[in-house]
Amino acid sequence: MSDAFASPGRPMAVLLPPRAPEPIGFPRLTWRHGLFFVVAAVLIASMATAQTPPAQPPASAAEALSTAPATPFSVIIKWSPLLLKGFAFNIVISIAAMTLGTVTGVILGLGQISVNPIVRKVSWFLTQFFRNSPWLVLLFFAMFMIPFQFNIFGVIMPFPDWVKAIIGFALPVMANVSELLRGAIRSIPNGQWEAATSLGFTRTQTIWQIVLPQCVKRMLPPWMNLYSLITMATVLASVVGVTEMLTLTAQVHAAEGGRPELFAPLYGFAGFCFFLYCYPIGKLTQRLERRFNVKT
Amino acid sequence: MEGAVADFGRSLYESTGINLTILYDEFDQKRFISGLGMTIYLSSLSLIFSLIIGIVGAWAQGSPSRVLRYSINGFITVFRNTPPLVQIFFFYFGLGAILPRVEDADGMMGPLFTNVQWAIFSLSLFAGAFNIEIFRSGIEAVPNSTKEAATALGYTRLGTYRHIVLPLAIRVCLPALNNNLVNLLKTTSLAYAIAVPEITYVSKQIWTDSQNVPTMMTLLLITYVSLVGVLVFVMNRWERSLAIPGYGQGGGK
Repeated sequence: MSDAFASPGRPMAVLLPPRAPEPIGFPRLTWRHGLFFVVAAVLIASMATAQTPPAQPPASAAEALSTAPATPFSVIIKWSPLLLKGFAFNIVISIAAMTLGTVTGVILGLGQISVNPIVRKVSWFLTQFFRNSPWLVLLFFAMFMIPFQFNIFGVIMPFPDWVKAIIGFALPVMANVSELLRGAIRSIPNGQWEAATSLGFTRTQTIWQIVLPQCVKRMLPPWMNLYSLITMATVLASVVGVTEMLTLTAQVHAAEGGRPELFAPLYGFAGFCFFLYCYPIGKLTQRLERRFNVKT
Repeated sequence: MEGAVADFGRSLYESTGINLTILYDEFDQKRFISGLGMTIYLSSLSLIFSLIIGIVGAWAQGSPSRVLRYSINGFITVFRNTPPLVQIFFFYFGLGAILPRVEDADGMMGPLFTNVQWAIFSLSLFAGAFNIEIFRSGIEAVPNSTKEAATALGYTRLGTYRHIVLPLAIRVCLPALNNNLVNLLKTTSLAYAIAVPEITYVSKQIWTDSQNVPTMMTLLLITYVSLVGVLVFVMNRWERSLAIPGYGQGGGK
């Protein structure tokens, strides 16, 4: 920011012709990204090869093929279809939890600005309670407190553990969305409410037709941030026994003989997958934030 | 006193079925208190380290050296975009397995760092990455003219940072910092996964032993919410005591 003023060669920012706003979309890949991924791949690969125990000089080529332990790199390649399937399951959980949490969160958030003091206090309490407790504990809460099947009018509805995990993740999302919505509504100037009232809008109409559409824009960046956080939190489901990526990683590690030097590459691979998914979301969020900041 | 609490716990169980074993079972009580202590220990140590990482990192981010800046940015990007649980597993299982084993006090060959130390290490790095960003945003909010005035008065870069920029920046970024530290406190529950006996871990032990899952679960949630409440209270007090009129959120009050 400061160099616009400091560098003598460039004219002052006000004198520059107005620039078109940056296009919003998937962050354009530059050579820097490529360089980063190459460096990451080399790091993982070199760590992987550095950790393979030094092989004894094989007597013959055939023996070398049969006795050499699988390198961590080949292990990852071999198991990556399974691990990526687990990763896809993580994404499914995150999307479902986000949807459920957003819908309930909007209801709870509207409850926080309700005219009825009881509804307001209850929604406030629920929001604060679920916002301030750890996600892992909420997950335990959902896992152990929800029965594994419901009996509704004689129809037995099974509740598999991953559905319970989705509910467990939706709880903190709900509280966070509720708080986001409250903040967004509070950031709408009072004049808007008054103008709507003077135009004869009822309170419900004001909220749905005037306030909420404006909130969507304000809420979008933090909402995306929350999504990326919840995606990263889905690995917690492995702690309570849902078969997702980290569970599979541990199983793959066991299947490969439980060699300790395999831990770092395997968990590194898991982290790398999440990085590839969350980094673009984070970049996009930053762009949206910057763009919305300019406008308001 | 002890007896009264135990009697109350027993009568509560008999009359309502709420089985708070930690009230009358001495063993459970000791476990629960030590778990609470471990959570406080974990969170306070990683809080301090993460603040140090944040302050040093934010300073290094403004340094003229390109390599330093890029490596700090890389560190932030990686730690912000990977799951904290994967980070903990990576450090504890991955790096822990590579490091040499050392002889411990009993003459046994043990790992170089215990699981508690690894948990503190990875939690500090995780929260530290966020803290760097938060401090940076605070530092960016300090007007350039203030820094230039400091330079004109003969402050070095470090001196400007320590005496002028940081005190002002901290006031600006306190609300965000507050949020992140609450998050850190909640993230300590992940240490459960590498068997650090913190409060989630001991609660799980207690509810497996005594078959009182709903009670212990509710108690655990309440404990966390009150721990967070204490932290938020302290941070708010600190925020108010630091407030300079016209600067940061508490300004003008």
